[in-house]
Amino acid sequence: MDSGAPAAGEVSGAVLPAAPSERAASDLALRLRAGSEYVAIPALALAIAAFLFSLFLLAIGKSPIDFVDNIWRGGFGSGFSFQNTLQRSAPLILTALAVAIPARIGLIMIGGEGALVLGGFASAAIATPMVGVVAPWLTLIVMASAGVAVGALWIGLAGFLRYARGVNETISSLLLTYIGVAIMNFFVEGSLRDLSNPNKPSTRPIGEAYMVGKIPGTDVHWGFLAGLILAVGLQILMTRTTFGFAARVTGGNMRAALAQGLPVGKLIVACAMIAGACAGLAGFYEVAAIQGRANASLAAGYGFTGILVSFLARHNPLAIVPVAILFGGLVAAGGLIQRRMGLPDATVLVLQGLIFVVLLTSETLYGRFAIFKTAASKDRT
Amino acid sequence: MASVEFTRRTLLRSSAAGAAGLAFGFGGVRRALAGDLTIGIVYVGARDDFGWNQAHAVAMDALKQVAGVKVVEEENVPETDACAKTMESMINLDGAGLILATSFGYYTPFVVDVAKKYPKVEFRHAAPLWNKDKDPKNAGSYFGYLNQAHYIDGVAAGLCTKSNKIGFVAAKPIASVLSNINSVLLGARKTNPNATVQVIFTGDWSLPVREAEAANALVDAGCDVVTCHVDGPKVVIETAEKRGVKTCGHNASQAPLAPKGFITGAEYKWETIYKQYAAELGKGQPLPNMLAGGYEGDMVRNTPFGAGASDEAKKAALAAIEDLKAKKPIYVGPLKDNKTGKIVIDKAYDNLDPYLDQMDYLLEGVIGSIT
Amino acid sequence: MNTPLAIVLIAMLGGAIRVSTPFMFVAVGECLTEKSGRINLGLEGTLVLGAMVAYAGSYRTGSPWLGVLLAGLAGSCLGAMHGVICKLPRVNDVAVGIAMMLFGTGVAFFFGKPYIQPTAPRLVSIPLGAWSDNADLGSALNVNPLFFVGVLAALALGWALRNTRWGLIVRTVGDSAAAARAIGISVDLVRFLTTTAGGFLAGIGGAFLSLSYPGSWNQGLSSGQGLMAVALVIFARWSPERCVLAALLFGGAGAIGPALQSIGVTQGYYFFNAAPYILTLGIMVATSSAKRSARDIPGELAMAK
Repeated sequence: MDSGAPAAGEVSGAVLPAAPSERAASDLALRLRAGSEYVAIPALALAIAAFLFSLFLLAIGKSPIDFVDNIWRGGFGSGFSFQNTLQRSAPLILTALAVAIPARIGLIMIGGEGALVLGGFASAAIATPMVGVVAPWLTLIVMASAGVAVGALWIGLAGFLRYARGVNETISSLLLTYIGVAIMNFFVEGSLRDLSNPNKPSTRPIGEAYMVGKIPGTDVHWGFLAGLILAVGLQILMTRTTFGFAARVTGGNMRAALAQGLPVGKLIVACAMIAGACAGLAGFYEVAAIQGRANASLAAGYGFTGILVSFLARHNPLAIVPVAILFGGLVAAGGLIQRRMGLPDATVLVLQGLIFVVLLTSETLYGRFAIFKTAASKDRT
Repeated sequence: MASVEFTRRTLLRSSAAGAAGLAFGFGGVRRALAGDLTIGIVYVGARDDFGWNQAHAVAMDALKQVAGVKVVEEENVPETDACAKTMESMINLDGAGLILATSFGYYTPFVVDVAKKYPKVEFRHAAPLWNKDKDPKNAGSYFGYLNQAHYIDGVAAGLCTKSNKIGFVAAKPIASVLSNINSVLLGARKTNPNATVQVIFTGDWSLPVREAEAANALVDAGCDVVTCHVDGPKVVIETAEKRGVKTCGHNASQAPLAPKGFITGAEYKWETIYKQYAAELGKGQPLPNMLAGGYEGDMVRNTPFGAGASDEAKKAALAAIEDLKAKKPIYVGPLKDNKTGKIVIDKAYDNLDPYLDQMDYLLEGVIGSIT
Repeated sequence: MNTPLAIVLIAMLGGAIRVSTPFMFVAVGECLTEKSGRINLGLEGTLVLGAMVAYAGSYRTGSPWLGVLLAGLAGSCLGAMHGVICKLPRVNDVAVGIAMMLFGTGVAFFFGKPYIQPTAPRLVSIPLGAWSDNADLGSALNVNPLFFVGVLAALALGWALRNTRWGLIVRTVGDSAAAARAIGISVDLVRFLTTTAGGFLAGIGGAFLSLSYPGSWNQGLSSGQGLMAVALVIFARWSPERCVLAALLFGGAGAIGPALQSIGVTQGYYFFNAAPYILTLGIMVATSSAKRSARDIPGELAMAK
């Protein structure tokens, strides 16, 4: 948030590819060994969290074995469960990207929820007069564009205020979220309300023919694939392009970036708009793939969960995907745990909190085990 | 009785219509008798919220006692695809043959879509939304017309107010909330032609601080009876009691919370519905697609009178309850809305008339706006 | 005194006093933590846990003030946990805070189930408005003692940060950990203590929610107030006194929505209800400037690690 606060360790560590030039024959093996650290340590952390939660379960008289079994069955163990998990992770990938991209330039944007809600609302509102008049494929393109544009403007506004007026983006994006939800509710319960749906104020449904379907052969909607593609695309943008490099320099040291003549203001606003676009796209999929209309259920907390996902992934777009899937799996399995073990939903919250606290704590272990040490990883701080 | 009519309609339907419905009907029976029917129940909030969800959860005990029925419950399920996935998970992983979805917003699109996808599973949803022409035959609705009990609140409140102003803290302007507000007004006007109802919308189902603020603001504005329709009415009732005004409850008995000012309160009687489901499952009969009613069907009730109710108010309320049991209509036209002055109730409507389920206005005499 | 304007103004005054207290405690606690260069975003969870523990404690022991103390202790535990974890190298305090938010909320919900329905003894307010014959003003001036505790805590903290050796240590740690280490201060210990103390205050803020206003325990009690209060510290530019003003402003603005509806201004209530957010944003835009923004921020604070 502060211009003078460098995050140098992070920039040189997780962001840049480990070794820039020399690619010896054994390089792949070394990289594999270094990479395995990123599998082994989280795995260890998950095991520790499961152990701690088992103690909790034993204390309240429930079986830890049932618990592990239900996590597996509910989140990952069958085709149905895994698709359930993937579908639940879809909005989280997009909202986490909405946190990760500004974080690279040194901004903590926590307003993804507002951009999602307004993006979804804009998609539904613009579709209302088009349904039945314009072809579905064209309507969907217009809807997606509207969602992306409104989301980009909303978070872009926080970025602009940060640059032009020095308004702290963390608080402004949070305030904008509440304001965005109020705007959506005002229209959904007012002038754009579908009067044939008296018990859930919503815009008029876009109808089956205008919905985005599932990815063929699966039960997962296209939003998941969009998240995957965007994660890869944004990873390339942030690590392999001049734009990404300039953004990271700015994030590392804004004064240095200004001194070098980088267009800091434009970079900040651009990163904020990319973030808003991701969240707005998540809103579009909520409307076009799931709800078929805009209503208060758009504010389901995906934007806030995305913050945690992005931090767990250390704002690395590619790492966001597995973290979001883990999160989706926990939520999916949480249901089964409630049902099979007769536990309240609060247990699932405790479990999530525990897993994430332990996972984050485990970050301190990186670089401490000789077995993962390679020449390339030594310059990681 | 509406419930009987719906049941009869259901039987006619199942003899004439789709094989899918029939197949389930008896499939479900056989399974119930064989002792392995699993019922999945989905709640939008916590089961012990001292409000909407708890009222359902407590009444569900009737189902748990049916021999051979297993109940699985999941709480805090939001009205997003999470609810569809939860229902599917109950079907796929728990083998549920009957799903009870207890939040309004679950219905479209989620209950409808999942019902289409799993024609052998039965779905029942707690709001009068099932449409026999459009919606899948393995889906259905059940509901208690709480506005009748709120009407009784109004009848009693009309005689207990000195300022002629009754305050109403409401969550969102959906049909069932609007119907409760309008019914309080009509009840109060019955015993006190000068009564008005002032409404404050908080904007969401559970916002305790804003609910307390709203209750305070209503008292500041001169209301001397306060009632509400939010998920957990505890805060509103306690705040009003602290301010020394009278109260009418909602959802469950709040009488102990207001020892001085409590008049009466509107409560669902979900157990009537769940017991009927339990009985039908026990006998191996198909469940009705629509099961809804008010006082005439014993599906709502009023909390026993508190210290705030005058003898006159008690007498009038008890008489009005008898009227409702005899199906005397609440909405008798001509009645205008409070915004445009347009006549919205042109004649006397039966208390269960579907026209009233579409309510999107506040009647003249209510101070407040739905947007 | 019963003109519409008077009603709205009295409601805002009452709202400022009633609604502001939890914001004040959380913001002042977080201000102390952030002054030492650490961010604890998990105070939402602390607030919720504090509310539950206070209510349960008051119900079990019959003494609301014991409940307040227990809430503070529960908050300290979460704060201490955050402090210990974030001491480890490479652990991100913002992220741990978010995870602790889930954890604290989960624990509070899990153990709070039996206390949703019962009625616990509440804190008694002081009728400061008894002199007035206007009943509404009288009730608006029913002030809970915790409100004054919060104001005093903020003033004392502000004074101590400026004028005591201890305050200097905290500020040094917050501005430059390297400089603090150079003069032999244990940075980790200071941050551990400020995070624990911040948790204590946030826990008491929760006690106000459940034992005074709205004075009840349920799962929707906080609805994000803790998160907003943490954000208000930025708005208050890291000054405990300004945290009090920010909380009063936020509380007063929160009363606008219900008050306007109560005098019959009903169209667009969603925007009236969003008044605190709109007003705060408006003030920030009006008073910030691109050059000055970094002036008050503790140098060690780097939310974007």
